[in-house]
Amino acid sequence: MRLLILCLLSASIFLTIRQPVALANDLQPVLQENASVIERPSRQTAGIAIEALFASGAAGVTHFLAQWRDKQVWRTKEDGIFYFGPDARGDIELVDIDTGESAGTVSSRDLVQVKPNSGVRAVIDAALVRFQLSDPDPTVRAVALDTLERSADASQLIPLRASIQEETDPDLRSRKERLEGLLIISYGQSAEERIAAMERFKGDTGIDVRAAINPLLATRLEVAKSLPGDKNVARTLVPGRDIDLDVAYAMLVDADFAPAPVTRADRNAALVSHAADGRIGAILLETLNTEAARDAAYQSLAETGKVPPTVGAEERGSLLANHVFYEVYAEPDRAVTAAAVGTLNSINRAVDLNQLADLALDALSLASIYFLAAIGLAITFGVMGVINMAHGEFIMMGAYTGYVVQQFISNYTVSILVALPLAFAVTFAAGVLLERLVIRHLMHRPLETLLATFGVSIALQQLAKNIFGTQARPLTAPEWLDGSLAFNDIVSISYIRIAIFVLAVIFFLLLLFILKRTRLGLEVRAVTQNPSMASSMGINPDRINMLTFGLGSGIAGIAGVAIGLFAQVTSELGANYIVQSFMTVVVGGVGNIWGTLAGAGMIGSLQKIIEWFNPSNTLAAQTYMIMFVIIFIQFRPKGIIALKGRAAGD
Amino acid sequence: MSETALNTLQQRSFFLRNPSVLVFLAILSLLTLGATLMSEAFGIGLLSTSFIKTLGKTLCLCLIAIAMDLVWGYCGILSLGHFAFFGLGGYMIGMWLMYERTKDIVVESLAGQALPPTPEEIRDAIGTQIFGVVGGSEIPAIWYFADSLAVQLAFVVLVPGVLALGFGWLAFRSRVTGVYLSILTQAMTLALSLYLFQNDSGLRGNNGLSGLQNIPGLTLVPQAVISVWFLWASALALGLGYLLAAWVVSGKFGNVIRGIRDDEPRVRFLGYPVETYKLFIFTLTAVIAGIAGALYYPQAGIINPAELAPIASIFLAVWVAIGGRGRLYGAVIGAALVSLLSSAFTGGQVPDIPLGFATIQWVDWWTVLLGFGFVLVTLFAPQGIGGLVDQLVRKGDR
Repeated sequence: MRLLILCLLSASIFLTIRQPVALANDLQPVLQENASVIERPSRQTAGIAIEALFASGAAGVTHFLAQWRDKQVWRTKEDGIFYFGPDARGDIELVDIDTGESAGTVSSRDLVQVKPNSGVRAVIDAALVRFQLSDPDPTVRAVALDTLERSADASQLIPLRASIQEETDPDLRSRKERLEGLLIISYGQSAEERIAAMERFKGDTGIDVRAAINPLLATRLEVAKSLPGDKNVARTLVPGRDIDLDVAYAMLVDADFAPAPVTRADRNAALVSHAADGRIGAILLETLNTEAARDAAYQSLAETGKVPPTVGAEERGSLLANHVFYEVYAEPDRAVTAAAVGTLNSINRAVDLNQLADLALDALSLASIYFLAAIGLAITFGVMGVINMAHGEFIMMGAYTGYVVQQFISNYTVSILVALPLAFAVTFAAGVLLERLVIRHLMHRPLETLLATFGVSIALQQLAKNIFGTQARPLTAPEWLDGSLAFNDIVSISYIRIAIFVLAVIFFLLLLFILKRTRLGLEVRAVTQNPSMASSMGINPDRINMLTFGLGSGIAGIAGVAIGLFAQVTSELGANYIVQSFMTVVVGGVGNIWGTLAGAGMIGSLQKIIEWFNPSNTLAAQTYMIMFVIIFIQFRPKGIIALKGRAAGD
Repeated sequence: MSETALNTLQQRSFFLRNPSVLVFLAILSLLTLGATLMSEAFGIGLLSTSFIKTLGKTLCLCLIAIAMDLVWGYCGILSLGHFAFFGLGGYMIGMWLMYERTKDIVVESLAGQALPPTPEEIRDAIGTQIFGVVGGSEIPAIWYFADSLAVQLAFVVLVPGVLALGFGWLAFRSRVTGVYLSILTQAMTLALSLYLFQNDSGLRGNNGLSGLQNIPGLTLVPQAVISVWFLWASALALGLGYLLAAWVVSGKFGNVIRGIRDDEPRVRFLGYPVETYKLFIFTLTAVIAGIAGALYYPQAGIINPAELAPIASIFLAVWVAIGGRGRLYGAVIGAALVSLLSSAFTGGQVPDIPLGFATIQWVDWWTVLLGFGFVLVTLFAPQGIGGLVDQLVRKGDR
């Protein structure tokens, strides 16, 4: 009994003690003050309400904000009290906001769920971020940093700075320090602090750094009678050289430094409005069919004072010369802009270097594609001296083989692994068939072979169109080839291209091995150099021709699967690569895979370099590249690596 | 013997030695006359205007086929770029047609203004009218002479000629021969068509030049009449081209170029400047191709860079190969037959074949048939239709 009384007593004491403290620190009253906003917030009002919650100093604000964002706050219809509760239908188990104790189960019909829209949720997130930066869970801190990096503003600098001291994770710490630096550049208190922060980022290629610095260097074009000393002037502009004369004059007019010019349209309108009975004064309208005559007619009107006078060229020139045009920085502090220019210059140098590296990667990737596409052509051309115009269609055939395989095998990894050998087999067979049926009968008539294979080419292309339709078919890469390997914000390469590069290297080594280390390779090289001599040594050139042609075509099929992974599979897939493949063979020289490698490298890097000079126009890049190849042939008609001596044949 | 008499004798002997030329010219005249008499404008109206245009266009294609035969069949240079010269000729005449036609329209529309238009206003309006479609209004520098028919006609000859001269000089000088040369000419064609595809090439990018069937100054003449006039012009050009080609290949010059085709090093060792001969033939045929194009595109009405794509030049080689190269009439037969058949099959004039389970629609299958048919011709009748004709004639002789 005593125990019971004691309990009751202590409970009542506890309650009496807790009551006044709770009143000062409870969230519910503050919520009630802002009830209408919290129930129906907009982007603007939500921010004010959140500030009010923080200002009240009530406990559990961050927890409430998190629940609010997650739509787990309910309000009773009866008395308007806010409770926590799950985002669900039916009976809702409510939890008291201040005590965290269960407040019973209420039907959702008697409640209003507080559901902020996505815009408001973003505002809440931003407000929560500063607390999450010091959250014990590193993943929460990382997410908070992500949010902050996307939308930083001045108010976050102080909480961010505070969180750096206690940060234990080295990665997060360096990210926080980097973000702090960026925020200082934009919102730092003193110029010295901002300059020091910019010094830290010299040579940093991150896009975020440039995004922070570029606004400092934003300029505005202004005109004045003389250069103002109190403004942070970026540079002065000379009309006619740095700024268009008409634009400059229009600025003078806007600033009321010069009378408005009489444009051609104004002049014509004035002439028409002053015309009567087909004439203006003494001038017949029919005679006004030159600009000079119209100017003269306007001049005569101006002399009578009926229209505003024109601004003569001389007057215009002196007006332009007597004013100074200049760009002024939005940032008033000269030291800050100077530091920004310095940092940006060093960044741009680093960016250029990185772009060069990226360009090299792109060129390498393109070269490996051209190598795969051209090597088969080079082998057949080298061994048999015939150009296979249907080579592009074999590439297409390989790509469609990949597509068909994917119709049957839904696992992309397996289907690609099946498609590669199958594409080789299909195009190998097609190549052997073409050699047996057509090319064998046209031996020593290379031009006719070219045309006959062209016939095969157009027939195959149309066949593919008839079978698969004209729309592009997808050849989907396995998931592990999605995305790209990024070294920094500038240098990156997609995994598909890396895979193609690896494929090209494998086939290069494989062919090198076959040609240099196997019996077949020996025989192929013998036939390449001298078919009749090879024949008298017991080599069957017929068989070698057939096998070589099949091999070359088979590799085309492999190339087709590779190209299909990143390009659309259409009946024109091969035709798009065929001319580049020819170029590769012609530039590289025939009968030697090193030559094809050199040719592919040259064509690939050349195309990328031209595209780099003129990035907006890939058509022009191809035009210039072809012109270059035509000129290149002048100096090395047999390609980069030409067979020498007797092996060169005729 | 006086010099005139000698010339007459030689001239007579040219026709005597080449009776096929007379036969060809006679057939061409008869065809033109027949078409005229059956046209809507000058005859009984049996042939529609569009068919007359097709005939005229076919004659132009025969002309370029002759050029192709000269350069490939007689000189052994498999050029895969002659359709580029054809297209360039079309572009050159198209510039004048389009500019002057637009000028007429612009002057007419500006006539309603209170002030008579100034030359600057007319020029601006033409620029907007022609180049608005590629987002410009400035008339590019290459259109400087577009208002002069004489200059643009000269360009029809000069532009393909100079391009062929420059390209040929570079290629032949460095002894690029055989398939290498074919690939190189194909690359040239591709480069040219890619260049023309650009909007800032000054020739309206992939829109090309259009409305070319409207001849400036002849707006009152109906298309039916103009189509016959163009048929006559095309027939005349084809006749003259055939005559020129026959004359070129008949004399000693013809022997030399045939020698180059058959064994180039041997002709070189005999002391002939092989490169000069080849360059001359290459340039001459480019000029013929340009003229053929200038006659073709006003009948087609539109030209765009797709016309210059490498595939067109390859088809040209196919025509000549099917017709029989090394024979001028073979080229004509091949071009006329294949191009007319192509338009018949792809134009839906040949009935589709129902197979029960599927229908062979010629729009889809004609190219397949042509492709494999061409392979068969190359394999089994390497001399083409002309070769079959020759065999028949020889049998008849016996």
